[in-house]
Amino acid sequence: MSVGRTVAWVLLFILLIVTLFPFYWMLRTAFSDNTQLPGHPGSLLPVESTLGAFKRVLGLSTIEEAQAQGGSGAAVNFWLYLRNSLVVATITTVCQVFFSAMAAYAFARLRWPGRDKVFALFLAALMVPPIFTTLPNFVLIKNLGLLNSFAGIILPGAFMTPFAIFFLRQFFLGINRELEEAAMIDGAGHRRIFFGLIIPMSGAPIATLAILTYINSWNDYFWPLLVGQQENVRVLTVALGVFRSQTPQGGPDWAGLMAATLIAALPMIILFLAFAKRITNSIGFSGIK
Amino acid sequence: MTATTNAPPTRKRSHGEQAAPPGRRRSLGDLKVAMIFLAPATLGFVVFYIWPTLRGAYLSFTEYSLLSAPKFNGLANYERMLHDSFFWNALVVTVEYVVINIGVQTVLAVGIAMVMYRLTKSITVRAVILAPYLVANVVVALVWYWMLDFQVGIVNQGLSWLGIDPVAFFGDSHWAIPTVAGINVWRHMGYTALLVFAGLQTIPAYVYEAAEVDGSTEWKTFWRITLPLLRPVLVMVLVVTMIGSFQIFDTVAVTTQGGPINATRVIYYYIYERAFTRFDFGYASAMALVLFAILAVVSLVQLRLLRAKESDLA
Repeated sequence: MSVGRTVAWVLLFILLIVTLFPFYWMLRTAFSDNTQLPGHPGSLLPVESTLGAFKRVLGLSTIEEAQAQGGSGAAVNFWLYLRNSLVVATITTVCQVFFSAMAAYAFARLRWPGRDKVFALFLAALMVPPIFTTLPNFVLIKNLGLLNSFAGIILPGAFMTPFAIFFLRQFFLGINRELEEAAMIDGAGHRRIFFGLIIPMSGAPIATLAILTYINSWNDYFWPLLVGQQENVRVLTVALGVFRSQTPQGGPDWAGLMAATLIAALPMIILFLAFAKRITNSIGFSGIK
Repeated sequence: MTATTNAPPTRKRSHGEQAAPPGRRRSLGDLKVAMIFLAPATLGFVVFYIWPTLRGAYLSFTEYSLLSAPKFNGLANYERMLHDSFFWNALVVTVEYVVINIGVQTVLAVGIAMVMYRLTKSITVRAVILAPYLVANVVVALVWYWMLDFQVGIVNQGLSWLGIDPVAFFGDSHWAIPTVAGINVWRHMGYTALLVFAGLQTIPAYVYEAAEVDGSTEWKTFWRITLPLLRPVLVMVLVVTMIGSFQIFDTVAVTTQGGPINATRVIYYYIYERAFTRFDFGYASAMALVLFAILAVVSLVQLRLLRAKESDLA
């Protein structure tokens, strides 16, 4: 093995450590007793390992217990935020992928005047920075009386994104037309072709898109921060921000904070472990997202 | 490319649009079906993309506090921007962030991609380096906020083992922006590396073989062959990552909240504050429109660089 290759392996190893260490540190801190953390900042193992931080952020411990382990004592309930994130991400993903698939079919397979121009217009929307449309969208959601409701959080992303339509259209264009033609000769309409042929044949790309959409929706912070502050619809990312700003400046509840971030990150880590190959390969393929 | 020729739903479609016989009369084709398939997406597009884009442009010429109807005030918001030192500071801070973030991230990504290309195509390695990208910005920001804590963070602990004084990563105004930029480099470098990696695989092997025959060293091959051939991919990657980088918000919002003083008050955060803590929607919209224009110019310039020579491998 040449010197160059050895150096390259060492660099790769360092990269993997740098990538994984923060995940480990999140775990190590979440299982520690917060009152003991400052005394052992360099300990590689959990300090006085305990489940206290998880109990605290899931609202399972009393105020006294929480404060004894260095919590702020403020009521937090990450079960609720977990449920809210599940509701928002699931509904957003199902609706967005389904409606985008319908639109992608119209752009890939149907013929109608102005089709390519309309498609170009949809794509042009990718250029507009989200904050520009977010301000008027906030006004709209507020005027509709949908602030602090799931509908308000979900609606803007429920119908389409230009990327989703673009992504699926590419696949639909690549599907062999012969099957569809055979079905048409048998008298199948577009509805039957879409549901009976196109969707079943696009299982892989639809699953990939759904996973990416789910992750994006789960991780979104800006929009839910604006329209979903109240506890009953507060999603995990927003709850983390609130938790961080509530934690006392003098002695922050680091263990609690890391337990909460772990709860927010864990579903995505599981999703990733389950679909690592599909997600990783989609990066090379879809090129850029 | 116009898809308006009359094609009954029969086998005649089989050859696709380009091959459709010309000279047929214009017709609406599948318009009726298409309208049904497009209805939900179009509704969402018009209500949440087109309409707010137009309304946002209008609001930028008004004074609007959400409490009463928008009041047209011409170019007042734009004039105000010229004299608003916070706005200019936000632009400077944002550019500083983008330069550090994109500069470091791109160099690291190319390096990582080269190392992976030479050593391993292992899906596990690729999956691991992608992992940070799949965790929320907020989560990443908070984990690093803890690791970089001045008193008990592990990074400062490590520095003390090396005999280096602790650094107030978030509290020192010189360090705050490089810190936030570094955190997001950590989150994005693996993802960017995979994009570059995909680009590397499009370079045909014979190019390298030829270079080897000519006795080129690896270092020379990288600078004279790999990098130039990678340029189209790199420009696309730069356009996309840079547009994303200008929109830095989440990390700042959960860590420094614009501080210390104004050191991390980036443009997105400043617009957010104006709109949602001061309810200054007209002025916020005007700044958002300027940001839109800046992003458009940045992308156009970069795309022109791309088109200047489509590929060096003709």
